Amino acid sequence: MALDKPGEDYEGRTSYTHVGTRVDRPDGLDKVTGRAKFGADAHAPGMLHGAIVRSPHAHAKILKIDTSKAEALAGVKAVVTRADFATGLEGEEWNVLENVMASDTALYDGHALAAIAATSSLIARDAVKLVEVEYELLPHVTDVDEAMKPDAPVIRAGQQSKLVPEGMHPNVVNYYEGGHGDMDAGFAEADLVIERHFTTEAAHQGYIEPHAALATLGADGKGELWCCTQGHFIVQKTCAALVGIDTSQLRVTASEIGGGFGGKTTVFLEPLALALSRKSNRPVKMVMSRSEILRATGPTSSASMDIKIGMTKDGRITAGKGVFRLQGGAFPDAPAGMAAECSFAPYNLNAVSIEGYEVMANRPKQAAYRAPGSPMAAFAVESVVDELCKALELDPIETRLKNASREGTKAAYGPTWDRIGLVECLEAAQAHPHMQAPLRESEGRGVAAGFWFNHGGETSVSLALSEDGTAQISVGTPDIGGSRASMALMAAEILGIEYENIRVTVADTATLGYNDVSHGSRVTYASGLATINAAKDAVGKLCDRAAQRWGIDPEAVIWEDGCAKPAGPNAGQFDPMPLKEITQRMGRTGGPISGHFEATPEGAGVSFGVHIVDAHVDRETGKTSIDRYTVIQDAGKAVHPTYVEGQFQGGAAQGIGWALNEEYVYGEDGRLQNTVFLDYRIPVASDLPMIDTVIVEVPNPGHPFGVRGVGETGICPPLAAIANAVSGAVGVRMTSLPMSPPKILKALKEQ
Amino acid sequence: MKYHQPSSFADASAIAAGASGVTRYLAGGTDVLVQLRADLVTPDDLIDVKKIDGVHDIVRNSDDSWTIGVAVTGAEMSEHPALCQDWPGVVEAMDLIGSTQVQGRATLVGNLCNGSPAADSVPAMVAADISVTVIGPKGERTIKVEDMPTGPGRTVLEKGDIVTAVHVPSRGDNAGDAYLRFIPRTEMDIAVVGCAVNLRLDGDTITEARVSLGAVAPTVLLVQEAADAIIGTTLDDKALEALSKAAEAACNPINDKRGTIEFRVEVAGVLAKRAAKIAYARAKGKAV
Repeated sequence: MALDKPGEDYEGRTSYTHVGTRVDRPDGLDKVTGRAKFGADAHAPGMLHGAIVRSPHAHAKILKIDTSKAEALAGVKAVVTRADFATGLEGEEWNVLENVMASDTALYDGHALAAIAATSSLIARDAVKLVEVEYELLPHVTDVDEAMKPDAPVIRAGQQSKLVPEGMHPNVVNYYEGGHGDMDAGFAEADLVIERHFTTEAAHQGYIEPHAALATLGADGKGELWCCTQGHFIVQKTCAALVGIDTSQLRVTASEIGGGFGGKTTVFLEPLALALSRKSNRPVKMVMSRSEILRATGPTSSASMDIKIGMTKDGRITAGKGVFRLQGGAFPDAPAGMAAECSFAPYNLNAVSIEGYEVMANRPKQAAYRAPGSPMAAFAVESVVDELCKALELDPIETRLKNASREGTKAAYGPTWDRIGLVECLEAAQAHPHMQAPLRESEGRGVAAGFWFNHGGETSVSLALSEDGTAQISVGTPDIGGSRASMALMAAEILGIEYENIRVTVADTATLGYNDVSHGSRVTYASGLATINAAKDAVGKLCDRAAQRWGIDPEAVIWEDGCAKPAGPNAGQFDPMPLKEITQRMGRTGGPISGHFEATPEGAGVSFGVHIVDAHVDRETGKTSIDRYTVIQDAGKAVHPTYVEGQFQGGAAQGIGWALNEEYVYGEDGRLQNTVFLDYRIPVASDLPMIDTVIVEVPNPGHPFGVRGVGETGICPPLAAIANAVSGAVGVRMTSLPMSPPKILKALKEQ
Repeated sequence: MKYHQPSSFADASAIAAGASGVTRYLAGGTDVLVQLRADLVTPDDLIDVKKIDGVHDIVRNSDDSWTIGVAVTGAEMSEHPALCQDWPGVVEAMDLIGSTQVQGRATLVGNLCNGSPAADSVPAMVAADISVTVIGPKGERTIKVEDMPTGPGRTVLEKGDIVTAVHVPSRGDNAGDAYLRFIPRTEMDIAVVGCAVNLRLDGDTITEARVSLGAVAPTVLLVQEAADAIIGTTLDDKALEALSKAAEAACNPINDKRGTIEFRVEVAGVLAKRAAKIAYARAKGKAV
């Protein structure tokens, strides 16, 4: 991809030696042989096993918790309740504590009320059954629209932000508003205006590895924690606060991780294991069951949305309005603002208005799930754009190109885009053979675009050279998408040594400065940028040693092909000095050589993608099968293309599940009905077609190699693209997710 | 929990008859172990039947009927070519249960005694007119599969009763069976609706038929009206329509997380038509 405008950090290289190659993954052997240590693989001598007492009620005052019978059971060593945690917390820390251990009210089915440690997990589970809790049942609400109605039960009074328009129910806890232009004039200009209401259900991240932790915490206030997490530094900070110790006294090590997708960016078991360990003076291990995961960890928000878009006959969007109501469980922070911000991002609009409402309901605290807020917003907006194109007989890609955001476009939420790759993605979609392939009977084709911000975040990386000329890199971001391979490739590029000669370790919290969580598609961008700079820092020191040896100025030495070289003829005549020659002598020439970098990079570079889907619907049963799927997405620069393709495919696969069958089903009693994978229907392998991928590379000006995060954008277009395909196949506009067979069959009958 | 490994059905029955708490038989364990781990059922006595002679055997009797042992797994049935040839519907119904790993453990009798109205193998067994022999404190008796379930999770079996074998009729000529289920995914799911059809032809005309539905009532149903709708016909469009209507009329389902009443009724009719077509083709000797 040609370089149009070098940014602050982009180096504008046209070729790479290591970056862009498909090298073997460093964790491959461990994972295929079962040697990799995941969260639940941790053991400690004398350890106890923990289990949690959970509320069976959606909303109830806790009158009394009697743990005496449980404590009397042989083998039970400790019981903790809210009284065993820190007091005086505020803001998000209070919310997290309230979520992992209720104070005076059970706020959702599955809410933790007490935890027990015993000598075996069976005893701990038996002890849970002996805990007697007295409840006073309160009215509950689980639906986002119901929770906003005037007569809805108030879940937690006093949580409403001042931004919320007056007169709204106390369950509406926050409000976001953005946009620009004259809406009335915009809609007046349109030849056709379509307004529709959309809903989506909560979907769980569905990581296969359960939450697991092994903790020790002594009376001296020093703790050790091993857990599966997307960010052990936030675990350290949060857990220390929740159990009331200094952050630095708790060392946290992240295990291998079997999926997170945003859901492992907070804590659930970890503070309970620490509190139980402190009370029992023994190591405590806790592992969640799938039922606990579905009931009490964070799914994404459910949503209720209204979209109104106007278009001229020739396909120009004249105005777009979106209202997004997102339910975030019994806590604030549902990603309604982000939904609103992402909704119209692919479009260059003169008139746009976006609003977001954060709503509380009697459900578990929502957690991030791959581009939180964006997929449902795209579902709503891209469905209306599709409907407008169909009604006006316009090509869906041509119309999107006509209205596409590009460099210089002012986004609805304020910023003006730098170099972005939406147009390139749309052009790649237009040229893809998928768009020309014939459709069979009862099959529809859907197209949709999607957007995600991407993130930078606090980052710290260290690189240490070994005497034999190899390198070890310590990063603080758990590897959830191939980052160890990517870091090694980027460092190899700078150092000029082989990929195989670099080992990347996810270091514990005692080894590095604070690292933000592996979220926001930030790791290849931010840890990558830090790795490149840490390698450059080491290269500077390598050049110093060569200069010292040659007796010339350090400025007169350059680094090329893994060797120190004189910068030019004037610098002197010396043979290139390979890295290994310098490191072999480093002990005698000034000591170990390491490189470091710490920063909060701000140039993550937004990302766009376009998906094409062919879906077939069995008109007699309403069952949808996805026949063909193509993901086109801007990666900036694909450091390891196979991992990038894997991220694209993973986003599409999870989107297929969310669109077709995944949903939280609550009974009248407010209890979650489908608490196992048998009934919470994520797609199985045979549900999915081969998912084709096209990597578009429009360099991100904010990264030395032009990298943009790719982890999240892939789940933004699928809900919309599949809905458009299904709507095309059946001839009815599907506005409610999931598009499960009963829903499709009903829509067909009402046709 | 006490774990028993009796060597005869008489011993197994005696242990169960003498037990005072919660008793479970363990064959494949694909329901028992799941319930145990989920804290739904913790048996006081767990009676493993896998060490009893003959429980792993699939036997073709001299009259061409079949006797299938109570611990024969789905995988063993699928890998038995002659059984597949005779009763493809029964084998395919059993084969739909769970994953490859589950197929290596799960059994017909376990599926039957678990008492789920959504059990995949049960409608196929009902359509095939299969029966089981039972031994218990009152002696030995034979029970037709269609008479076994009495409600969700319940069967006619009493304390101390144990199923000793599955008896499959001889296939005979010009006959075929088929089972279809509806799930929103492609595998690893539980039937939202299940339907089995077993029929015999004279020329092109259906002379005998049995139609069974699963997951649309508190128990698996044998639907005589649905069979009557196609007996005497060549399974023409009119007969298929009548079959569909009869199947729909027999449904008495619930709304739950897996499907709605309306959906289940509608799809029962669709599956009945589709399964009948497959059974008909098989009776004609076509590999379907």
